[in-house]
Amino acid sequence: MDLASITLKQAADLLRQRTVSAVELTQFFLDRIVTHNPELNAFITVDAEGALTAARQADARLAAGQGGPLTGIPLAVKDLFCTKGVRTTCASRMLANFTPPYESTVTRRLQEAGMVMLGKTNMDEFAMGSSNETSYFGPVRNPWDRSRTPGGSSGGSAAAVAAGLCVAALGTDTGGSIRQPASMTGITGLKPTYGRVSRFGMIAFASSLDQAGPMTRTVEDAALLLQAMAGHDPLDATSIDQPVEDYGSLLAQDKGPQERMRGLRIGIPQEYYTDGMAAAVRKSLEEAIRVFQDLGAVCQPVALPCTDYAIPTYYIIAPAEASSNLARYDGIRFGYRCEQPADLADMFARSRSEGFGAEVKRRIMLGTYVLSSGYYDAFYRKAQKVRRLIADDFQAAFTQVDLLLTPTAPETAFRIGEKNADPVKMYLSDIFTINVNLAGLPALSVPCGWDAQNLPIGLQLIGRPLQEGTLLSAGHAFQQVTAWHTRRAYE
Amino acid sequence: MSQKGLSTQSGAEGSARARYETVIGLEVHAQMLTRSKIFCGCSTRFGAEANTQICPICAAFPGVLPVLNREAVQMAIKTGLAIDGQVRLLSEFARKNYFYPDLPAGYQISQYELPIVEQGALWIDSPERGEGVRIGITRIHMEVDAGKSLHEGIYGASWVDLNRTGTPLMEIVSEPDLRSSGEAGEYLKKLRAIVRYLGVCDGNMEEGSFRCDANVSVRLHGDSVFGTRCELKNLNSIRNVMRAIDYEVERQIELLEEGGKVVQETRLWNADLNSSRPMRGKEDAHDYRYFPEPDLPPLRLTAERVAALREAMPELPDAKAARFGQQYQLSRYDAGVLTSSRELADYFEAVAAHAASLGHGNAKMAANWVTGELAARLNRDGVEIGQSPLQPWQLGKLVALIQQGTLSGKLAKEVFEIMCQEGGDPQQIAEQRGMRQVSDEGAIDVAIARVLASYPDDVAQYRAGKGKVMGFLVGQVMKATQGKANPALVNQRLLAKLAE
Repeated sequence: MDLASITLKQAADLLRQRTVSAVELTQFFLDRIVTHNPELNAFITVDAEGALTAARQADARLAAGQGGPLTGIPLAVKDLFCTKGVRTTCASRMLANFTPPYESTVTRRLQEAGMVMLGKTNMDEFAMGSSNETSYFGPVRNPWDRSRTPGGSSGGSAAAVAAGLCVAALGTDTGGSIRQPASMTGITGLKPTYGRVSRFGMIAFASSLDQAGPMTRTVEDAALLLQAMAGHDPLDATSIDQPVEDYGSLLAQDKGPQERMRGLRIGIPQEYYTDGMAAAVRKSLEEAIRVFQDLGAVCQPVALPCTDYAIPTYYIIAPAEASSNLARYDGIRFGYRCEQPADLADMFARSRSEGFGAEVKRRIMLGTYVLSSGYYDAFYRKAQKVRRLIADDFQAAFTQVDLLLTPTAPETAFRIGEKNADPVKMYLSDIFTINVNLAGLPALSVPCGWDAQNLPIGLQLIGRPLQEGTLLSAGHAFQQVTAWHTRRAYE
Repeated sequence: MSQKGLSTQSGAEGSARARYETVIGLEVHAQMLTRSKIFCGCSTRFGAEANTQICPICAAFPGVLPVLNREAVQMAIKTGLAIDGQVRLLSEFARKNYFYPDLPAGYQISQYELPIVEQGALWIDSPERGEGVRIGITRIHMEVDAGKSLHEGIYGASWVDLNRTGTPLMEIVSEPDLRSSGEAGEYLKKLRAIVRYLGVCDGNMEEGSFRCDANVSVRLHGDSVFGTRCELKNLNSIRNVMRAIDYEVERQIELLEEGGKVVQETRLWNADLNSSRPMRGKEDAHDYRYFPEPDLPPLRLTAERVAALREAMPELPDAKAARFGQQYQLSRYDAGVLTSSRELADYFEAVAAHAASLGHGNAKMAANWVTGELAARLNRDGVEIGQSPLQPWQLGKLVALIQQGTLSGKLAKEVFEIMCQEGGDPQQIAEQRGMRQVSDEGAIDVAIARVLASYPDDVAQYRAGKGKVMGFLVGQVMKATQGKANPALVNQRLLAKLAE
């Protein structure tokens, strides 16, 4: 068996059967990282020693018959989850030497489940970007075409999964940052309902939008990972205090894809068919619709009239929150501090000017502006109202259908540098994903085709709040009858 | 202005001042007495070594999140109920954004558009306007305290102590209903008594756990709009609040009388110089960019929770004073003094109860002893009622001994002194030292006869109608009995003898 393309489920079976040890599996991926990372730049930090220690502990648990489905599985972690004792940079010069004294809830839960953290993956600086080009540590290259971006902001995690540098990865999604790179690298990515997964220890970009989720090779793998991540956290006041479905057994049930899909109503938002949607993307989406129909789902058009307002609304709310969230980087207690500050104001101004990159500064400026006295009502308050209307659109649609089906991104992976000159063009890359965050809904991206340039295309399924199970079940059904998710970007 | 000094009130100046009305609104920041901080589990203990009571949440490390302390919410609700405020079942936290070294997150979490309490009031006795003046309270909101920047004794740098960061505060904002520094003082005393009664704040202004900023303006009597106000800061005692207001009123009137204009600004009070100076200019006017705190969901309370707290409210100063007036027949003034703190009121009631239990209750006398001798003693020693050298039963028994005629007032004061220094039972002290009051008519008559014989001239004067002499004669009889004679009896017997 080719370990590089192994799924989490397969790896768990091999580990449990002792066909392979966690140390062997870990060493295998560490070796692949050494070989391929210099070119892909998917990892910012590799913690070989910590990974092997965790792997040895996992082997001991497995040998004692105590392991769970995640014990011994090598994982890549987006570099904005605080990891105790392991440098956490957020891909920023500001935190290039920051080592957190505490562990994020998500990584703690996964460690307790026995996962092995290989290292921290590259990303857009502070998760602000759609191409992974804003990283202080340089762009990540798409394993399908190294002249192209893997999308962003979780580009390092996406590339690591797609290139077989890990079994699974953690991403975060504020406006599409799990789903868009998953789509552009041909993998599976899930953004859970806002509040389903704890944000404690996840470095904040936009607090009311950020959500962590799994990035994997299959929907089944995403379910296994989400199972351990999800659940109420007393350390996060916005986390939802409701029981977590048993996703694993939901998918393990001996159900055929028809049984899963029969009678399920799927809505196709008409507003998404814009000029911006590439022809190949449109074609793949239409094929996917037919697949779901063949499985017995009922597909019907639905209206989301406020769709056009999603991008402007998002680019008011997210930068507003970011401008405040990033105020703590002042050079005083941690992070970058400028040399020889003349006085306090100089220390604040220069530490931040030198420590943040251009896109981060752009968004801080935007956010500061929209919250300023005299502009608050015109921008921030109005955006909050529109956000409500966008959520209402979805709620109305979900009275008619159980799921929504859309492309994940309007086009396939673009070239590095292609959209750098025009931030608005870059922002449009998230046009199909961003309103899901504004409404706080769960959404899943799975591969559904390849274009003529051999670049992957993803479809997005959007569900009702806390209906991750329905999403996973439908996504799994799709993967039961398609093979797109088994395509590999490497030999 | 401060160099020139303020002219004292005299002549024309005085009449100019009389044409102006003072308008004051107070903002009080009260540190709540929760065990842990408002958004994390760190201790709120005061006085620990710098930066030892902090965690990544206090220091606003990347990725940390606030979780609201339930106890702080309880305390804010209780305070709201105590001032007859409306407790909002839906309130909201917001971020107030500004950069400062002792504000680690770069924003203060506060309540802005939807505070937990609105539209309350308390009632004060105004030195100028009389009893029962209503002072509106616009709102009470919860917020988080900042850390401290340390500059003293450090050269070329400043240090930051984050221990105080995260201490829960209530900001209590009054309406501009106060009309004098005296009213401001009464308001603060009343508010401080309330938060102390509730046990939600220790009310210590010197240590900064009860801080006050004053917004002061003046206008001509009859004007319908307020004058331009100045905000006074660094007022660390009620006395300083009053002095700073008086100074500010004088300053503004003088300015206006000279044809000038009051500039809206924040002024820092300097108690040593007895003056204030502008703190920050218009050029660094802050735009705090408030917006709802996305890390905390809106705070939703149930009517049941508020009702349960209302049920559990202790008796508050006004209600207690009214009860004291009725139950113990005390004057409004005495009742007000005795209820100024819960401990003092409890102490008084214990004294009165013990005297009554001995069959010789006299609440008025108990009140006089507590507010008189005992208060003077505590004041002299600079201690609170909690550190009183006398237990209530001792004072209660003393009152009973006076009431039953065993001790004269003079003897009682001596016993009081002895008890304060050595402790003990007042009855035993009196007996052991032979300090029993003489109420034996025979013994008193003997003393009277001796005095009348010694002062024939004075007796003659009295009989000629010079009544004043009576006092002198009583004094002599008391002296002759070493102060032990029952004064009422001496009076009575002396009058009888003189009438013979």
